[in-house]
Amino acid sequence: MRRETMLNATLMLILLGFPLWAWSVDEPFLITLSTRAVIFAIAGVGLNFALGIGGLVSLGHAAFFGIGGYAMGILAYHAQTYTALAEWPVLIEGTKSMPVIWIVAIVASALVALGMGALSLRTTGVYFIMITLAFAQMFFYFTISWPTYGGEDGLSIYVRNGFPGLNTMDPIQFYAICYAWLVVVLFLVHRAAKAPFGLMLSAARQNGARVQAVGQVPYRLYLVAFTISGAITGLAGALFADLNRFVSPTMFSWQTSGEIMVFVILGGVGRIFGPVAGAALFILLEHVLGGLSEYWHVYLGAILLGVVLFARGGLFGLIAGREVAHD
Amino acid sequence: MSLLKLSHVSAFYGASQALFDVHLSIEKGQVVALMGRNGMGKSTTVKVISRLLRHRGGTVMFDGQDMARVPSYRAARAGIGLVPEGRRCFSNLTVHENLIAAARPGAWDFKAVAGLFPRLEERRDQVAASLSGGEQQMLAIGRALMTNPQLLVLDEATEGLAPVVRQEIWAAIARLKAETGMAILVIDKSIRELSRVADHAVILEKGVSVWEGAFSALSPEITDRYLGV
Repeated sequence: MRRETMLNATLMLILLGFPLWAWSVDEPFLITLSTRAVIFAIAGVGLNFALGIGGLVSLGHAAFFGIGGYAMGILAYHAQTYTALAEWPVLIEGTKSMPVIWIVAIVASALVALGMGALSLRTTGVYFIMITLAFAQMFFYFTISWPTYGGEDGLSIYVRNGFPGLNTMDPIQFYAICYAWLVVVLFLVHRAAKAPFGLMLSAARQNGARVQAVGQVPYRLYLVAFTISGAITGLAGALFADLNRFVSPTMFSWQTSGEIMVFVILGGVGRIFGPVAGAALFILLEHVLGGLSEYWHVYLGAILLGVVLFARGGLFGLIAGREVAHD
Repeated sequence: MSLLKLSHVSAFYGASQALFDVHLSIEKGQVVALMGRNGMGKSTTVKVISRLLRHRGGTVMFDGQDMARVPSYRAARAGIGLVPEGRRCFSNLTVHENLIAAARPGAWDFKAVAGLFPRLEERRDQVAASLSGGEQQMLAIGRALMTNPQLLVLDEATEGLAPVVRQEIWAAIARLKAETGMAILVIDKSIRELSRVADHAVILEKGVSVWEGAFSALSPEITDRYLGV
């Protein structure tokens, strides 16, 4: 078995075993920490699809994370206040059903990613970074000034949304849902990356003109990748909002985009499982370093600097070798 | 009707004119050699044919279609398969991935390409960057074939390769001609090897077509005049 495959399997087993151990010793806080790691991993896998395979350095993925979060927040808010979301032309009511919320979150963030990508992918390099950042900031300031859904204070949802047959208020059961989503997302991204579409996307990152010479259009490849990437990150946002039972404009902030990128860089850009390792490491550092000092971000910054300078393949590159690491 | 016909083609790189008056035509099933000394416009002509560069004057017709406004991806879909100078495989992909990523419907699939170049089957899971120059060239030809082209354009397909590998490439070109009847435009410096496969020749000098005719009609006088160092 290849070293990277073993690393992937070990990582997934740790993410499965640790919360089960925490559950067996009755440590719900550790289960919640693991849930955060898994949700962040989903967001990171989403960004990595655009960044690692397509080479699209987006600083606007907080937009999708926030849209997913607000999809959950708005639908659940209307359900808990027994008010309609819209009455005309058709009556639309809120819902506390997780599957419905996931569908809305995925579709909404995919549509926004499609529109955002259609405009921003006409640029490259630093302009692409700045446009994606500007889009996310637009959503951030919009939600701050949107009093209907809490404005700057955000929205609290009193009871976690429901999933048929499960008690989602039980941390381990909610964790199981998030873990299952991570597995599904990893499987789909792996399949997409190995399909002709993913291979061409990877090739377009390397040489766009050559991709055109075999009949493909890099812009369309990037747009589809950006849309899929946004949809995955939106799903993570919906799960994150359900975990906290709270949404706020912070989900749209540039710091959130930065954190998602940190997961990807820490784990290894371009590795399918890289962001999973990155998110887990981030949560571990946040917990351990955060216990030592209020200024734990300084240490995180130093570690990130070390990774970028000396281990560009991230954690995966260090352990499994750099042969597929993106540089 | 010619499969490809270039008439009075001119092309520029910015303000610098590279092609002045290029004529070229290829019939279905024909192998045409595009010849000329270095810097005479052969690769620029290839770029115009594959639409990586737009011509400014003249006409480029392919399979009855005016290519003036056709972008390169549509040219590839229309049936122009380019094997670029310097190979330029997708180095981060494996041999198999390079081939299936470019695949379009038709007779050419991985099995058919592996039949033409058995070495690619042996190197199936190796990344392109780790292949030898000859293997990369085979991969570049295979990748172009996977687009199931009507016209295969080979730009310096054997340049810089070991003699044994060059023989393999020439043998593959000969096989393509004999077994598939595919139209091929080939650029190469080896007149001896070209004479074994080419039906027709076009010679460029300073961006102008200066000689065109049956390859067998190429006399030593013409080759010395236009191709001699």
